[in-house]
Amino acid sequence: MFPELNNLLNTTPDRAEQGKLTLLCDAKTDGSFLVHHFLSFYLKANCKVCFVALIQSFSHYNIVGQKLGVSLTAARECGQLVFLEGLKSSVDVFFRAQAAPHPLQFLREADAGNLQPLYEFVREALKPVGDGQAAWRCPVLLVDDLSVLLSLGLGAVAVLDFVHYCRVAVCWERKGNIVALVHDSGDAEDEENDILLNGLSHQSHLILRAEGLATGFCRDVHGQLRVLWRTPSQPAAQRDRSLTYQYKIQDKSVSFFAKGMSPAVL
Amino acid sequence: MAAVATCGTGAGSTGSIAAAASKNNVTSFQRKGPRASGTDSGCSRLVSIAGTRPSVRNGQLLVSTGLPALDQLLGGGLAVGTVLLIEEDKYNIYSSLVFKYFLAEGIINGHTLLVASAKEDPADILQELPAPLLDDNCKKDFDEDVCNDKTPDSNIKMKIAWRYQLLPKMESGPVSSSRFGHYYDASKRMPQELIEASKWHGFFFPEKLSSTLNIESCSLTHGYRKLLQFIQNVIYEEGFDGSSPQKKQKNILRIGIQSLGSPLWGDDICCTENCDNSHSLTKFLYVLRGLLRTSLSACIITMPTHLIQNKAVIARVTNLSDTVVGLESFIGSERETNPLYKDYHGLIHIRQIPRLNNLIYDVSDVKDLAFKLKRKLFTIEHFAWSHCSGGAFQVIAIITRVTGLPVCNRTSPPTFQPPSHLTHGTQVLHLAATAFASRLVRHSEPLKQTGSGRILQAAGPRLWHDGRRQEAPGLLAIPP
Repeated sequence: MFPELNNLLNTTPDRAEQGKLTLLCDAKTDGSFLVHHFLSFYLKANCKVCFVALIQSFSHYNIVGQKLGVSLTAARECGQLVFLEGLKSSVDVFFRAQAAPHPLQFLREADAGNLQPLYEFVREALKPVGDGQAAWRCPVLLVDDLSVLLSLGLGAVAVLDFVHYCRVAVCWERKGNIVALVHDSGDAEDEENDILLNGLSHQSHLILRAEGLATGFCRDVHGQLRVLWRTPSQPAAQRDRSLTYQYKIQDKSVSFFAKGMSPAVL
Repeated sequence: MAAVATCGTGAGSTGSIAAAASKNNVTSFQRKGPRASGTDSGCSRLVSIAGTRPSVRNGQLLVSTGLPALDQLLGGGLAVGTVLLIEEDKYNIYSSLVFKYFLAEGIINGHTLLVASAKEDPADILQELPAPLLDDNCKKDFDEDVCNDKTPDSNIKMKIAWRYQLLPKMESGPVSSSRFGHYYDASKRMPQELIEASKWHGFFFPEKLSSTLNIESCSLTHGYRKLLQFIQNVIYEEGFDGSSPQKKQKNILRIGIQSLGSPLWGDDICCTENCDNSHSLTKFLYVLRGLLRTSLSACIITMPTHLIQNKAVIARVTNLSDTVVGLESFIGSERETNPLYKDYHGLIHIRQIPRLNNLIYDVSDVKDLAFKLKRKLFTIEHFAWSHCSGGAFQVIAIITRVTGLPVCNRTSPPTFQPPSHLTHGTQVLHLAATAFASRLVRHSEPLKQTGSGRILQAAGPRLWHDGRRQEAPGLLAIPP
């Protein structure tokens, strides 16, 4: 968790909000540092986290998490973290027929499938434990990332349905949070991705958009972050608040500064 | 040879993030490097596999791509467990050469190879691998290569910007005692005995058309399904995924797939814009990456992306690969006769480098890279402007160094764009531009104007000829 980002978003692990859908979006740059931030943030906030990691392996998140102060192996062992490792499971699903429906069952299907097994998995993972055990705070679903589901043969509507079902189960029933990462393809004319991104932008309460600089590569400023607070349920009478910062990623943290105020220049 | 003791799975070493306790859970992402706790490091890690070394940044195990210049640009080498995607140049000349360098490096290091192609028999591909340059006689051959290139005025020492002479230049010659990354002679073939001594598996798609499959029909095309099954068999049977723990000596599997996505694999993604099986290629890449992450292997794929008409697919393929390098050769294009590019054979674009086990990654500051293939060396250099009279432009180059102006982003041609957030640098650049406008008029070569940065569209001087700058006869003082 990056303290400077917490300041920008005006949250701390103690008073994390509930029932929110946060959309992480990256355009022309890599927004995975935001995923690491939210993962360590919610683990420190003592929430039960279900992490659907479709892009990288467990040890990648673990090593970065250790730099940010959380141990994923410890969290997994004590039950705070339920980790679905997409890459490893895809090999199991693809080469061996599974007895029970696997969350990534759609990899074996010829036609465009749906994400119902994955939804069942998430629902099962985040259901409240019975009695006596350490009660975690609100459940959190973290997905990294949703755009890869489009590459695996699913349609944008199937992914939007999945997010909708998860919102009902996690945000509304259990008062939890969802954080999902979607890539913005920009000028690559990926229509399915645009449908997914627009659909999610309309449903989310908070949008964090990491973009590359318009002027190209720079060693000292790695990109620009736009933060947009939204209230999807209320009419747009009040204007949505938005802020823009530039950032530089360091080994263990990310520093944010106003546009043009990079320490390298001042 | 590499004597690796298999790491005790229940060793309980506290600071270690080595392979997890469960049986088949060998991932290739292991933490290397000295541990602060100082506990007994008896379980020697995977660093002692021949031809690999740990990355200095994140301890990731790296293998060489066969081109030391490319290794340097990728942050030391290719990480084990990742995919290197080479976007082919138009006539597939240099990309197949890079492909062969990768395989040749595997043979030299004793790695197992898996070569898959739909076009050429893998046995034929292996016969055409370049011969390695051995340390003792390579030095003198390399020196003679370099001497042929030197122009008479390159030995002049810099008089004004003398401190810049001390800066390290890009490595372009064989390092004598390197066991990681070898140099190859593209004009000779690899000796037959080395090929025969190596262990390799070949997958030639036309031969495998008739055999049966045991994956039920999913949306992958027939060729991709067979290839995945083949790769998975090799990994499983030879124990690269840690499934046969009695095997003492660990080795790396180098997978090379040639021209993936071309119609010869049965995929029509290069033929039409709206194809039926548009997810076939991306699904293949995803499952392949899953296989690689759970085994000790590294993969190179060449893909004719210039034929893919659907830009969305290219973006998805890039997101699904770890390292993406694009080659653009000058053959047949207008740049072949352009005097700016006369010393080079093409441009090389590093489109993506993964951030593995880390928030940051090693990215080179230099984005304009060009390659040339001399007889014995495939070198990658910072793209130098061709000869121009006057040393005025080196000052601009020096200003670039000092203020760290951003160099071009990935898609545009090399231009200088003053950044929006750096005011000081902009002023200096404009100062230099106006002062030297008069010099520009003398150039009679017609050159394209592309808007901002017009100063440096003109043929500038050879700025980085062998890493040394020419002397600056002008007396423009470097601004503080």
